[in-house]
Amino acid sequence: MRAFTYERAKDPVEAARAAARPGAKFLAGGTNLLDLMKLEIETPTHLIDVQDLGFDKIEKTSDGGLRIGALVSNTDLAVDERVRRDYGVLTRSIVAGASGQLRNKASTAGNLLQRTRCPYFYDTNMPCNKRNPGSGCAALGGASRTLGVIGVNDKCIATFPGDMAVGMRVLDAVIETVDAHGARRSIPIADFHRLWGDHPEKDTNLNPGELITAVTLPRPLGGKHFYEKVRDRASYAYALVSVAAVIQPDGTGRVAFGGVAPKPWRVGAAEALLPRGAAAVTARAFQGATPTHENAFKLPLATRALASVLAESKA
Amino acid sequence: MSELELSRRGILAGGAATAVAVATPVIAAPLPPAKAVVAPMMPVRFEVNGKRRELTLDPRTTLLDSLREHLHLTGTKKGCDHGQCGACTVIVDGKRINSCLSLAVQHEGDKITTIEGLGTPDKLHPMQAAFVKHDGYQCGYCTPGQICSAVAVLDEIKRGVPSHVQADVAARPEATNVEMRERMSGNICRCGAYSNIAEAMAEVAGSRA
Repeated sequence: MRAFTYERAKDPVEAARAAARPGAKFLAGGTNLLDLMKLEIETPTHLIDVQDLGFDKIEKTSDGGLRIGALVSNTDLAVDERVRRDYGVLTRSIVAGASGQLRNKASTAGNLLQRTRCPYFYDTNMPCNKRNPGSGCAALGGASRTLGVIGVNDKCIATFPGDMAVGMRVLDAVIETVDAHGARRSIPIADFHRLWGDHPEKDTNLNPGELITAVTLPRPLGGKHFYEKVRDRASYAYALVSVAAVIQPDGTGRVAFGGVAPKPWRVGAAEALLPRGAAAVTARAFQGATPTHENAFKLPLATRALASVLAESKA
Repeated sequence: MSELELSRRGILAGGAATAVAVATPVIAAPLPPAKAVVAPMMPVRFEVNGKRRELTLDPRTTLLDSLREHLHLTGTKKGCDHGQCGACTVIVDGKRINSCLSLAVQHEGDKITTIEGLGTPDKLHPMQAAFVKHDGYQCGYCTPGQICSAVAVLDEIKRGVPSHVQADVAARPEATNVEMRERMSGNICRCGAYSNIAEAMAEVAGSRA
């Protein structure tokens, strides 16, 4: 690990100001960042620990939703009674990810900011446009079984690896931030993660130093909540494909897919087809998909995972 | 003879060219040059197994290394050092975490329990006794992490922390075998003592119920 200096921030705007300097990074739970620092994939020269900023509460909002502090741990979010009762898809998506130990330390904001698990991003001997812009993409023509099938391009076929964000995507969560000048902004989760485009090194639309303070959920949707995750082992593995869904008694609903794209994948025109069944939805949601020969299985797998959710919703 | 030599040279030249072609992208992906960061040593105070400790550490020191290398509490093990195996599991402020993925300086004021703090050879923690009774290990390397995790898992079930295998996440979880297995998935045992570990946990959970 490269040497760095460390500070514990006492004020959000001061933290953002410190983080706007080159080489600086926020530290929350550290479960992803420290792993990447040990591998020298991330090489910050200064860490700003944000654990003392008081973003550790879950509160009701005036419009009947919830405001989740950025530092609320994954476990504390999943266990909250209001979340379990009214936002079941969120609890389900969280407990489908990582391990008990990691969920105890990982934060809400950090989970949204976790970096891809593409094996070529992790292997510093290999070219990777995300880790080292302009060096090429070793995943193209490489081992691509776990990688993206839509929203990817010839610069990068990595996926966003998280589960929680896929649950938040069907709930239309909003990410609240503050910057070095004290300016606040609310970013709908649909606009938070980026498609890679020409800059796969940039995962999100956050500006340098912009600090996530909270994630808000609109009022509860009702309906039945599902998070179906298909992976190579029964627990503690990343999704090959996941389906987050909220299905209403009349068969309408919302659906987002994980493990397939640079961001939680939700297509409005596709979910409008939910009453017509899984195949209709995925045909529209994955229109224009560019799978490799190794990961083309993800397309029928997404259809079958959604079909299983829809069957259960009728049970 | 000269023909053979020529072709041998040709092969060597061709081989070298191929090696260069393959190696180019690797060369194109170097780490940025090391910046001269002067990172002063930092003080950190926390409580380990009920004892107040004060250390002065390089900020890079993980909680795991501070326990093993600085406090010489070598019960906590370093397996993968990347949060994948769970051998480094300790209990911080009542919650189990991977001590390898946490900096010691993040834990100012925290209360840390390691395997040494759960029980002693003369007075085993009930979970330690159950692991012995049910043969919940073979080589033993993952065992301290397994036991710290197992103790915390039973507490998590008691506190109502939901899990992936619950049919209804709004309901209270129960200490079933399926629940134990799901909740222990962050602790890898390459000897494969999993079924005995689950039995040890079931006994402790049963005796508490």
